[in-house]
Amino acid sequence: MNTPPAAVSTVHLAFSPEPAYVRTVRLVAAAVARRAGVADELLDEVRLAIGEACTRAVALHRRHGLMDPIDVTMTDGGRFMVRVTDRGPAESARDEPGETTGDIMAQVAAETGRMPVDEDALTAGVGLALLTGLVSDLDVAAAADGAGTEVRMSWPINRHTNG
Amino acid sequence: MELSLATRSVSDHAVLEIGGEIDVYTAPRLRERLIEMVGAGERQVVVDLGRVEFLDSTGLGVLVGAHRRLRASSGSLTLVCPHERLLKIFRITGLDSVFEIHESVESATTGTRAGT
Repeated sequence: MNTPPAAVSTVHLAFSPEPAYVRTVRLVAAAVARRAGVADELLDEVRLAIGEACTRAVALHRRHGLMDPIDVTMTDGGRFMVRVTDRGPAESARDEPGETTGDIMAQVAAETGRMPVDEDALTAGVGLALLTGLVSDLDVAAAADGAGTEVRMSWPINRHTNG
Repeated sequence: MELSLATRSVSDHAVLEIGGEIDVYTAPRLRERLIEMVGAGERQVVVDLGRVEFLDSTGLGVLVGAHRRLRASSGSLTLVCPHERLLKIFRITGLDSVFEIHESVESATTGTRAGT
């Protein structure tokens, strides 16, 4: 049986910097990863890592008052590759990744009128620690068009082949 | 699944059973509940993660915050986490050395630490 050459397929999402959408992206990403052929035992990590990257991006946008959408692009070439691109100042993205947790919760708390945040320095860096601990192929760099930062991650794919 | 929070008493401990997903969207609710519990005078708090399906850095931040708050008032926060999937997250972030983690509510409330 002839198998056509595997074409690279792409799923592209853009979402407003709202905490509620991070879960939506996680669900979509896990579904796309599964379809791309990422092993079942890696799906939890894929879901968590993509969620962390999106949480970081949402926090950055909100810290700078940016309502621009955050881009998530998933492709299944040789590996399952995910790029999460924000539009925030690039140097902040690199220098303050650990402030994500406290900052975004302060924003959410302010909006919902709930208790103000007092999470402190000990939580700083937890998100980044998770990303670097979970993803062996991780790269954080300026976005290709120069506006913002791109977090690139990839995982191996088990291709179903006919021999 | 959304976040679910249920509190009960086991001997002199307040057990907070969490279900669902703890992330950047739901973590503020968890945080508020933990602050309420401490505010109500609870000092020996056990957080049961047995029914948690997802936990991210935001959730970890909330747990760390509650841990510190309780320690500052001579209390303690103990975790129940029987799932390797979640334990891995604590190990990666180094938080397994910050928290006392038990396999069951029973061992958490009787103070017998599971494993090593």
